[in-house]
Amino acid sequence: MLKVLGWLVLIAALIGVPHVLSFSQQEILVFLTINVLLVASYRLLTLTGEWSLAHVVIMGVGAYASALYSRHFGIWVPVSAGLGALTACAVALVLSFPLFRMKGFYFLIGSFAAGEIIRLLWKRFREPFGGPKGLKRIEGMPDLDLGFYTFDFFEPVAYYYLCLVVVGASLWVMWRIERSPVGLTFQAVHWQDKLAEAAGVNVRAWRTLAFVIASGFAGLSGALLAHYIGTINPNSFEVEHMVFVLTWAIVGGTATLYGPILGAIVLTVLNDILLREIGLEQWRPLIYGLVLIASVLFLPKGLESVVQRATRAARPAEPEPKPQEARP
Amino acid sequence: MDLLLQTGLNAVYAASYMALIAVGLVLIFGVMGVINFAHGELFMAGAYAVVALYADLAVPFLLAVAGGLLFVGVLGLVMERALFRPLRDNPLGGLVASIGFLLVLQALAVLLFGVRMEHVPPATQEIIAFSERVRFPLQRLWVVIAAIVLLSGLWLFLKKTRLGWALRASAQDPEAAALQGISINQTARIAMFIGAALAGVAGALSAPLVSVNPHMGHSVIITAFIVIIVGGIGSLEGAVVAAIVYAFIHTFVTTFWDGVIADIVGLTLMLLVLIVKPTGLFGTADRA
Repeated sequence: MLKVLGWLVLIAALIGVPHVLSFSQQEILVFLTINVLLVASYRLLTLTGEWSLAHVVIMGVGAYASALYSRHFGIWVPVSAGLGALTACAVALVLSFPLFRMKGFYFLIGSFAAGEIIRLLWKRFREPFGGPKGLKRIEGMPDLDLGFYTFDFFEPVAYYYLCLVVVGASLWVMWRIERSPVGLTFQAVHWQDKLAEAAGVNVRAWRTLAFVIASGFAGLSGALLAHYIGTINPNSFEVEHMVFVLTWAIVGGTATLYGPILGAIVLTVLNDILLREIGLEQWRPLIYGLVLIASVLFLPKGLESVVQRATRAARPAEPEPKPQEARP
Repeated sequence: MDLLLQTGLNAVYAASYMALIAVGLVLIFGVMGVINFAHGELFMAGAYAVVALYADLAVPFLLAVAGGLLFVGVLGLVMERALFRPLRDNPLGGLVASIGFLLVLQALAVLLFGVRMEHVPPATQEIIAFSERVRFPLQRLWVVIAAIVLLSGLWLFLKKTRLGWALRASAQDPEAAALQGISINQTARIAMFIGAALAGVAGALSAPLVSVNPHMGHSVIITAFIVIIVGGIGSLEGAVVAAIVYAFIHTFVTTFWDGVIADIVGLTLMLLVLIVKPTGLFGTADRA
């Protein structure tokens, strides 16, 4: 009963939140919702113990693919977004052949190289990727007429609701995956890869599976981004953006589904709302960097460990973290 | 023919500064076990030291370069003490901390100097002319000389002195080295100072040759990654050889095709090495 009530409160809050924000903050809210999907999918990949630096480029694959499908083949935008996600899966599958010959630092740097190559190809080839200027005038989501209310998806609030539904559904799928035997195998591949291998688990195949699924969700988030901002270019998916995803995951912690999401929300609110309000534009990266260092030094298990300690203190009988905090 | 020679000379210059950067990165990785993402920003800090000392305060150029060396070396010591020592058992944490440090250095550069490019007047206008169309500015030769002198000095230090032995021992096996009475903290300090200072010298010497801006470290770190992977992630000799190979490939492809293709070729080369021989051309074990 309490659980249901908690969910209802959360959903009401999520529906209500854009109406107390300014227009620019509503836009940030849309990006934040998309980034929540990105960082949550990144965590799915890290479940198997590998940290990729190509994730944002994979997001870009989804964005480019969806934009190009809708433009050149006239595919209905929601369908092309799905196809964009599938394209990201396919690209990830191809990349997995070279990349999963590596582990640890080698994988990290190898994935970085692979991502940079893709990004430079976008930059180099004007046809069909538009070169350094990228793609412009990407088709927007078609309006949705519910009879009593029409969603105009050029409006940030309407697009936020769309993202909320898509991201919420994706998070639920990811949560189900993690709780299933598949998710347990991912964990085994991470923490006990020799043992898992000895028990007949094809470690590489499972790593590939995690990579492909995570890439699909990343591609979906890219498609959501592309059809909202309407213009993408190779620099939108630079390694700097990847650094942000990495820091959200590290600052939030990756032991739970809500950890990275918490990291994304807290750091976005800090960086884009609080520091912007103060108006110290040039000091923002400095403060951001210091927060990053401080969180690694003093909170090595991430923000989620704070939440876990708090919930454990409040309810000693129930040590397990509550998944309902998982929603943005 | 002239074009080939000229491109070859440019490649020699590129190889020199790449080697300085990559060797420092390898040294840090070998001893500390952490990939220093802020290495490109150490290069940037060296360049800005020259902007401040030489261009703004009119200190003689080579003195300004020495100042840059010291300054960036001290930055390395700060990183060791504040970031990498507390995070010794947490290599991923060290990596993220170095990303944080990178952001801090970039922001400081923006705050102190602004985002626009800094123009550093060349310290010498002299040009060595091999022929009508093959010319090599003395400014570039200095980088080449610095690379040769500093790297052979480092090699002698590592192979011939007790401290150098200690450094290599703690790179090979920190625990065994500690059991022999080698202070891990001290070897870490030395490695960070040398590694950072090499990047700082490279940045300081090339400040008049490149556009100095707060975000110049980005392409530097990518180049350094390619070089250390191709050379073998823990191998100093490998880093030097790979710097030479990569500099020639990159310079020639840039001259005869274009810069983006050259980057793609370099990254593909790195990926191929990772696939075929992940320990790199010269690497043996996991660490130096």
